[in-house]
Amino acid sequence: MKLSGWGRYPVLDCRMERLRDHNLHGMLDRRHTLIARGNGRSYGDAALNPDLTLSMLAMDRMQAFDAETGRLTCEAGVLLADVLDTFVPRGWFPPVVPGTKFVTVGGMIAADVHGKNHHRDGSFGAHVESLTLVTADGKVRECSRSEHVDLFRATIGGMGLTGVILSANFRLKPIETAFVMAETVPTRDLDETMALFEASRDWPYSVAWIDCLARGARLGRSLVSRGTFMACGSLPSRLVREPLCPAPVGRLMVPFDAPSVLLNRASIGLYNALYYRRGQVRGGARPIHFNPFFFPLDRIEAWNRLYGRRGFVQYQCVLPRAKSPAGIAALLERVAATGQGSFLAVLKLLGPAGEGMMSFPMEGYTLALDFPMRNGTLALLDALDEITHRHGGRVYLAKDACCTPERMREGYPRLGAFEAVRAEAAGAPPMFASELSRRLTL
Amino acid sequence: MNGGVETALVIGAMSDIGRAVAHALAEDGYALQLAARDPARLERETRDIRVRTGGAVTVHRCDVLDEDGGVSLLDTLDPLPDVAVCVVGLLGDQAESQQNPDAAERVIRTNYIGPALLMGSLAERFEQRGSGVLVGISSVAGDRGRAANYVYGSAKAGFTAFLSGLRNRLATSGVHVVTVKPGFVRTRMTDGMDLPSWLTAEPEEVAAAVVKAIRRRRDVIYVRGIWRLIMLIIRAVPERMFKWIKWA
Repeated sequence: MKLSGWGRYPVLDCRMERLRDHNLHGMLDRRHTLIARGNGRSYGDAALNPDLTLSMLAMDRMQAFDAETGRLTCEAGVLLADVLDTFVPRGWFPPVVPGTKFVTVGGMIAADVHGKNHHRDGSFGAHVESLTLVTADGKVRECSRSEHVDLFRATIGGMGLTGVILSANFRLKPIETAFVMAETVPTRDLDETMALFEASRDWPYSVAWIDCLARGARLGRSLVSRGTFMACGSLPSRLVREPLCPAPVGRLMVPFDAPSVLLNRASIGLYNALYYRRGQVRGGARPIHFNPFFFPLDRIEAWNRLYGRRGFVQYQCVLPRAKSPAGIAALLERVAATGQGSFLAVLKLLGPAGEGMMSFPMEGYTLALDFPMRNGTLALLDALDEITHRHGGRVYLAKDACCTPERMREGYPRLGAFEAVRAEAAGAPPMFASELSRRLTL
Repeated sequence: MNGGVETALVIGAMSDIGRAVAHALAEDGYALQLAARDPARLERETRDIRVRTGGAVTVHRCDVLDEDGGVSLLDTLDPLPDVAVCVVGLLGDQAESQQNPDAAERVIRTNYIGPALLMGSLAERFEQRGSGVLVGISSVAGDRGRAANYVYGSAKAGFTAFLSGLRNRLATSGVHVVTVKPGFVRTRMTDGMDLPSWLTAEPEEVAAAVVKAIRRRRDVIYVRGIWRLIMLIIRAVPERMFKWIKWA
């Protein structure tokens, strides 16, 4: 069947099977390779394999929950949305959430996702206590910081290339309410934006939306949003009745592919300007439910169709802290110069790198942009890649669809260690492979 | 009832619809009794339900292909449930059912004889108690025999008629009977079939409809309303014409 990532580029004809129970033996066949796939929210080609793409969505059972410590054990195909629906009403919240709740636990581990609290709490992998992994020999291994340590570190952020994650356990954290006290602060330029990030280190959650069409003196002007979960006592009276409501907000649907002319310089410029004004008007802290705070785009089902049939690519990189001011400015200038714009341009200060050998986050600034796929887009991405590379940064494999092997290798210094562990777990040639690993010659 | 919590029995709990029904009932506050051929395999489901809902779950063995039709299940139930949902079913392969009487018998026993005997035995006990709701998952395939699946369809037709009779007999006894005709459902049974999405329900949709039907004491429900219309039309076509129409 035709399969793609969330960006709908590239599209490949893949054999897809559903794993229905813990027995994988029929699937592990030396004659072909395979990759596990969660809910298909990685953007590029990470969860595609024409030989066999193994859907984990039927592996969605929760296995145990310890109400004392908040430790949840569940199968890899459990959706983050399910975890939220089940545990928010009981006063628990995942330690790290990415920008969408429609991801699986296995996917969050494989991509070692980060959230708005990375500067304080690290990536999702930092909160995983153990995971069970099926390797090429068919053995089920319990991996943790005390058992199969190397395999554990290679699997966190390992993009599914070390085996199939069957289940995992991680700790939820207690919350008193489902509401975040959030404030949005407008900044005038990149320096001010970065200074505000530094000054916001004590806020558990922070992120900036950048107006990527602004140039010159206004380059990097942003709306910095920061927040913290509210205590019961501080809730306004209208929210007190149900402080822990999981509040499924109404969802809008994009029913068909938008004509790609819809996203042009004028419309993106208008959107950016409006968004910026709105942020300025709505200054000051106010309570907001966690859903719109963490998952604003989840309200629009299938928003990826907004980019039309050719799909889009997301570009996310991280630059070391010292090189961030110059590097991020160079990236933004390059984007503004094309006038292509990007609907979403998100900047975030990340904390120190975690233990995952192939994990994306490192201390510095990460910038995420997306572009509709059209003529010239690949050339732009290549130019951005070159800037990232020149500033000692790296791209996020869960979003990437275009990077070259050489640049990727330099961005991930622990790749050698990863490859050694993978060779042992996945065999030679590796049984677990994806279009991404093929493209990057992993 | 035990301490105000009502109990629901799901027979065929390993099926996709059975699992969805079990979850929906647990979320609605029922203590669960799950029955399937291989109770060991239910362990995974019971843990899942316990973690998600914190509700009580017990596991029971029941195989409608046993000599007693699986009725011995009833002796393992304590308490006698307030609600019983039978999700047992087997589509089988029509061509195989035509050529091989054993295969046809298996389809008929799984879809009709077993479920009917079970529902009948439960009905006796519910009637003695004077309360309860019986839910049978039948099929739109039972509304008219079609060339493509009449062995399955006829068994479901028998089950539908049995439930209808049971409902009418028990009308004044305090026991209510619900017949559910789901239409196409995306399950293992239909894996690999090319089904039109507007006619195809998810198991969770069937489960929500079942819970609603129990609450509102409905008699016969089609999960997606469109199926009521479709089956009305299909039933209205004269047999003289019907036999020449090649239904997809």
